[in-house]
Amino acid sequence: MLYLVTVSTMVCIYIILASGLNIITGYAGQPNLGHAAFFGIGAYASALLTTKVGLSFWAAMPLAVVIAASVGFVLGIISLRLREDFLAITTIGVNFVVVSVFLYFDYFGRALGLGGIPRPSIFGHVLNKPEYLVLVVFLVAAVLLVCWVFSRSRLGLMVSAVREDELAAHSLGLNVTALKLAAFVFGTALAGLGGSVYAHFMTFISPYDFAFPVSITVMCMVVLGGAGTFWGPVVGAIILASAPEIMRFIQQYRMLIYGGLLAVLMIFQPAGLLGADSVFVRGGARLVARVRGRVVQSG
Amino acid sequence: MVIQQIANGLVLGSLYALVALGLTIVYGVLRVLHVAHAGVFVLGAYAGLLVYVSSGSIVLCLAVAMLVCGFAGFLMYRFLYRPVLGRPALIPLIVSIGTFMFLEDLYRLVMGPYIKALPLKLSLPGLDLPFLRLTGQQLFIVGVTALLLLALWWLMKGTRLGLAWRASAQDMETAGAHGINTDVIVGLCFVIGSAIAAVAGIMVGSYYNQVYPSMGSVPAYKALAVIVLGGLGSVPGTVVAGLALGLAETLTMVWVGTILPREAIAFLVLILMLLVKPTGLLGRAS
Repeated sequence: MLYLVTVSTMVCIYIILASGLNIITGYAGQPNLGHAAFFGIGAYASALLTTKVGLSFWAAMPLAVVIAASVGFVLGIISLRLREDFLAITTIGVNFVVVSVFLYFDYFGRALGLGGIPRPSIFGHVLNKPEYLVLVVFLVAAVLLVCWVFSRSRLGLMVSAVREDELAAHSLGLNVTALKLAAFVFGTALAGLGGSVYAHFMTFISPYDFAFPVSITVMCMVVLGGAGTFWGPVVGAIILASAPEIMRFIQQYRMLIYGGLLAVLMIFQPAGLLGADSVFVRGGARLVARVRGRVVQSG
Repeated sequence: MVIQQIANGLVLGSLYALVALGLTIVYGVLRVLHVAHAGVFVLGAYAGLLVYVSSGSIVLCLAVAMLVCGFAGFLMYRFLYRPVLGRPALIPLIVSIGTFMFLEDLYRLVMGPYIKALPLKLSLPGLDLPFLRLTGQQLFIVGVTALLLLALWWLMKGTRLGLAWRASAQDMETAGAHGINTDVIVGLCFVIGSAIAAVAGIMVGSYYNQVYPSMGSVPAYKALAVIVLGGLGSVPGTVVAGLALGLAETLTMVWVGTILPREAIAFLVLILMLLVKPTGLLGRAS
């Protein structure tokens, strides 16, 4: 039971991360292969604010979000003027640099990481794992609501326009750089939130929790589900975050299958499971059409 | 002391240049960040190891590894990249990362997770001057890098193939319209790039005397830093960037000590440089 709670909490954290990355990569079309860096910045900020500064979770969490978003803002200004390929590699670089900063300064606990991070408490009652999961589910719902509103808002549409055709968007009077930056800040803020939630769930964090492979995992979730769709990252996060647990019996071959599946899926279903040309979406549409046809015939 | 460190840095830099060279060739013509190149690099090291252990011949070991990797590179192009060519850059990148993960695990399952030694016995004399000592092996690495570079330079500038490569790199469609079979050119790029990766794998494996399944994971991303530093797709730029990175890493280790691990230095240099010159060291504005 507790095991199930743990896995579910991790799935929720990954949904937050993947939704954030989806804003940057899916809607704004900017490759970010260093998402785990901002996840880590949020986690370390929240951990340090509670253990060293003495703030409560409720104060530390929003601050962690702000800190991650500010770092995202600065790095965004620096890197968003780069070409797409350069940006992809720069974000990989950001991930390596951030992890090594955690690893090489005493303040961040070096390779030992930071421990003794408190669980949040409400009116003096410290939340246990299942109660924490309830809190996390509420947070996920809030995040998804915000993402939903974003994707339907003017801002979201403008950001998508930049992805579709930067030149056309620019000639329509959109401030392309500002829009990219907005998406980057929004996405990294969500990564920071994920980090804070993770830190107070695990109560112990180490630099390796935020290493480059984590960025790849989150990117895989977004792309597997369908980048630029609302539900895609959610589905991707649920599948990939629970897959290692379900596939435990093939432990030995896990990365083999994971990597192979990823490559094959991208070749045959590049828009993801919920993307425009996916077999599932087409199959679903056909099914709906058939059911409708039958209704019309019988009526 | 300083000269010695510079020499060490240049040897390390030659290794970086070797690893990144194939990546540059592929990027130049296809605009694909070929992370799985590091998988080919490890394949080369293992192929070289197997041949060397059973035959004891360095020439045979290099030749077989280059053949095996060249073929592997062709297969990768044909079955992994060609189907996703028209897609946004992120798709081939993820295909590549997935393939690399697959290959790393495959090597672990087939060859075992342990570190294997690759003690190439070179009958080369070392250099022993009062202020500079280089082993025969270090000279061999620099020599092979220089030789491969010369061969590549000749191939690019002096042959019709090189002309076709440069034309395809500039504009695939126009090159095709002029009767260049771009599909063959790109395939050849993968073959040549992967053969160079095989040499790099054997060099790195013998330099550290270690061959293991995950030996490609740091080069995979560091090589990306090198080719960006060199201005994506520029062969001379890649060599300069590789050497510069080798020097930077060695010299900071000596003078500043280990402030940050090596991977971080590479990327820190990269990020700082992109701030100043967003098109890379020798890259032109596009």
